[in-house]
Amino acid sequence: MGNMIKVGMADLKVCKSPDALTTLGLGSCVGVALYDPVTKVSGLLHCMLPDSTQIRNNSNPAKFADTGIDELIRQMVALGANRNRLVAKIAGGAQMFAMSSGNESLRVGERNALAARNKLKLYNIRLLAEDCGLNYGRTVEFYSETGDYLIKAVGKPPHKI
Amino acid sequence: MSKIDLDNLNDTQFDVLKEIGNIGAGNAMTALSTMLNIKVDMSVPKVALVPFNEIASLVGIEDQTVVGILLGIEGEIDGMMMFLFDMRSAHHLVNSLMMRDLETNVGKGAESFADIEMSALNEIGNIVSGSYLSALAALTGMKMISTVPSLTVDMVGALLSVPAAEFGKYGDKLLLIQSQFGETDFVTGLFLLIPELDSYDKILSALGM
Repeated sequence: MGNMIKVGMADLKVCKSPDALTTLGLGSCVGVALYDPVTKVSGLLHCMLPDSTQIRNNSNPAKFADTGIDELIRQMVALGANRNRLVAKIAGGAQMFAMSSGNESLRVGERNALAARNKLKLYNIRLLAEDCGLNYGRTVEFYSETGDYLIKAVGKPPHKI
Repeated sequence: MSKIDLDNLNDTQFDVLKEIGNIGAGNAMTALSTMLNIKVDMSVPKVALVPFNEIASLVGIEDQTVVGILLGIEGEIDGMMMFLFDMRSAHHLVNSLMMRDLETNVGKGAESFADIEMSALNEIGNIVSGSYLSALAALTGMKMISTVPSLTVDMVGALLSVPAAEFGKYGDKLLLIQSQFGETDFVTGLFLLIPELDSYDKILSALGM
C-alpha cells in the first residue's frame, strides 16, 4: 500500500494508486469517494453543508456537497481520470444528536447525503454503495488499488462497501 | 449585516468574550463541584477562531471517543453549547455521582455506559449547562433558554461537525469560547459556547461594547 492521505473537514484530496485517502470522524458531514476503475485515480471529499447557493460565504468549494463534487471531478480529471468512467461511494450524513425541537440545522446530515446523491445523478455518476444516516460517526478509508471503501465506527466492526 | 468582523476581532472584544467564558464556566464548575462534592479547577478560557480542519485537534485526535452533550440556546440569543469529556472523566463523574468506587468501569467497558449512567451524565450536563447559561443571562440581562440536552458518545470529529456545520454558513472558521477544567487527572473536559453570528453583536452590545 502507498501513503494514507488525510482529508480534513471541509476539504478534498485526490490520489493515484497505490495511495489511499482517509477522513476521520465524519458526523453529519458526508464523505464522497469518486473512483476511475481504469486509471485508479481516486478522490475523497469531506463536505459539511448541502448547498452553496444558499450561503453567503462560499469561498471554499470543499465545504459544500454541490461545489465540492464539481471541484473533486475537476482535480481528478487533471490527474488523469476519465469523467465518464467515474463511480461513487458515499458515507456519513448521520444525525449525531437527537433533538426534540424541529431545529432544521440538526437535520443537516440527511440533507448532505441527499445533496450528494442529487449532484452525482446530475453528472450521471453511478452510486455503487452507500452507508449513510443513523446516529453514529464514521471514519472512512478509500483504497485506490481496489476501490474499497472501509468504514469504521465506535463499537462496531469495520466493514467494506 | 452584523457589526462584528470575525476575522478582525480587536483585543477588547476578545477580552469580553473571554470574560463571558470565565463567568459562565466558573458558575458551571461551582455547580458541578457542589453537586459531586469534589474540587474542580478551571483554566483561563480561550477565545479562538479555529479553521474547521483544526477543530478536532483542540480536544484530541479526530477519532478519539468522547462524551458530548449538546444543547441549543434559544431566546434573545441563539446558538449552541457543547460540553465534552474524555471517557475516563465521564466514568469518574458518573461514579462520583453514584457514590461508587471512582475506578468502576474505567478500564473495561470504557467505551460504553449503562442506561442509568447515561442518565446520570445527562443530568450532569443539564445542571452544568444550566448554570453556565443563567450566569450568562444574569451578566447580559438577556433572556435565554436551553433546549433539553442531548448526549452522544462518539468520535470527537463527528460530534464537532454539528456546531461546525452550523457555523459553516457564515465562514470557514469557528469562533469558540473554550473553557477547560480539571482536577489533577480526575476530570478533564471542555466547554464550548458557540453563539450564532448575530448573537455575538447582541452579547457585546449588552455588555456596553
